[in-house]
Amino acid sequence: MIILDPTGERAPAHRTALQRPRDLTGLRVGLLDISKPRGPEFLDRLETLLAGRGVAVSRYAKPTFTKPMPPDLRREIGTRCDVVIEALAD
Amino acid sequence: MPEIVDDLPRDGLVAVVKRDCPTCVLVAPVLASLPGLTVYSQDDPAFPDGMAVHDDTALETSLALDVRTVPTLLRFDGGAETARTEGWSRPAWEELAGITGLGPALPEHRPGCGSRTGDPEFADELLVRTRGSSLRARQIELTALEDEAEALFDRGFSDGLPVVAPTPARVLRMLEGTARDPGEIVATVPPDLVEVTVEKVAVNAVLAGCRPEYLPVVLAAVEAACTDEFNAHGLLATTWGAGPAVVVNGPVAAEIGMNARGNALGQGNRANSTIGRALQLVIRNVGGGRPGGVDRAALGHPGKLGFSFAEDEAGSPWEPLSVSRGVAPGVSAVTVFAAEGPRGLADQISRTPESLARSLAQGLRGVSHPKSPRAFDATLVVCPEHARVFAGAGWSRADLEAALAEALLLDPAEIVRGAGGIEEGVPADRLSGPVPKFRHGGLMLVHAGGGAGMFSSVIGGWVGGPGGSTPVTREVRP
Repeated sequence: MIILDPTGERAPAHRTALQRPRDLTGLRVGLLDISKPRGPEFLDRLETLLAGRGVAVSRYAKPTFTKPMPPDLRREIGTRCDVVIEALAD
Repeated sequence: MPEIVDDLPRDGLVAVVKRDCPTCVLVAPVLASLPGLTVYSQDDPAFPDGMAVHDDTALETSLALDVRTVPTLLRFDGGAETARTEGWSRPAWEELAGITGLGPALPEHRPGCGSRTGDPEFADELLVRTRGSSLRARQIELTALEDEAEALFDRGFSDGLPVVAPTPARVLRMLEGTARDPGEIVATVPPDLVEVTVEKVAVNAVLAGCRPEYLPVVLAAVEAACTDEFNAHGLLATTWGAGPAVVVNGPVAAEIGMNARGNALGQGNRANSTIGRALQLVIRNVGGGRPGGVDRAALGHPGKLGFSFAEDEAGSPWEPLSVSRGVAPGVSAVTVFAAEGPRGLADQISRTPESLARSLAQGLRGVSHPKSPRAFDATLVVCPEHARVFAGAGWSRADLEAALAEALLLDPAEIVRGAGGIEEGVPADRLSGPVPKFRHGGLMLVHAGGGAGMFSSVIGGWVGGPGGSTPVTREVRP
């Protein structure tokens, strides 16, 4: 659904990132592959390292790194994760 | 002539059809027999069977050709339409096609069916397609996983009650309520001092639940509230709890169905409930004035969700409020004023204007604090059964104002600090004689309400005059 912004449009339509947490204990962590080459290898390694610290992760992938994330994926990550780690690799 | 889509032939015959039309099905054999015919199907690209058909399920060609009925048969010569016929009529089709003996097995005439471009379910999409490009407000995409109502709360667009999603179609329909240009700047909205256009007011009017015909009233209220005299910024920023209220005068009130009679200050009437709300949403969303932000009210009151009503002019013993404030009779106008919640005053005994005026003055004395003179403005809503007493005695609005002012001359002995065992009050060295309760012009009289009940209502305001908020009246423009 498209709606028209009722505000004075002085703030960006998209909300800004939260502050970085001090540690990941008890937080829901998402790993986002932006679909650049070798991103998965980097995220696999992170997942192993995080698992070693007892942090479970959920994995997500954007269809393409060339376009903004689909709104539904953004919503899903926002609903299910407290923190997301995004891989940028080449 | 609308813009012609690219794939229309420059010369030859064109037919626009849909499978869901019995007449189109009837003429399918005729279509197959017409040489050089280009067919557009509105609902099924496989119809008519066995023909090369252009898919017009998006209705672009139908809209470009302004097709109202199917089948429509057209002739193009040199890129321009030179003939058109709707439905099936053998003589008309034969003349247009220049061929005789068409559809020998068919009846002579058969009316067509409505074009899909006229379907009610397509009306919104059509509105957005034809006029959506005129909209300037930023578009926000809500995701399929978001609940629409929740999404609008999440983004902070709501005053705490559900709002109507301002889709482009709804905003376009809202804009039909005014003749004003959507891009016209209406006002500069405090506290962020953001210029607001007619379109942006319309977006907030949709949020508030207004009907399009309310928009001119909302626009006038926004204009009136965003003036230096009304001082919406100060009213918002004060820790006092008043907010803007709107009283509507003139023919527009009845035209849009506002309530000036029973429960006029209460719930249950859409225009009363949403016009003031739209003004408050403009201040919240466009101006950035939100509780906890620039809105510093210690308590506030429920009417800050929106407070608007109409004056009962027909039953009033006096000229309309707007006329008393300089607007010509018969001209619609809004008056915005600072308002707390209304407080009733029950006097069921007074039958003389003198007694009733003194009685109402007692109710007004409590505004701000019973011991505070010239602190805040106020509005007195005189109910019909009280107004009848003044009408019977021939009292004008000015007569009542004068009697109230006289009854509201406060005795220094009663308002000095410490009097009545109350520390609040006026320092003794500032008192040399009786003091008026209200500044000159600080008490506004409105006639509203209905049915039985000798219950008028006091609406306290806020600091009046240049350092506070003065009521502002503006004409309602179509």
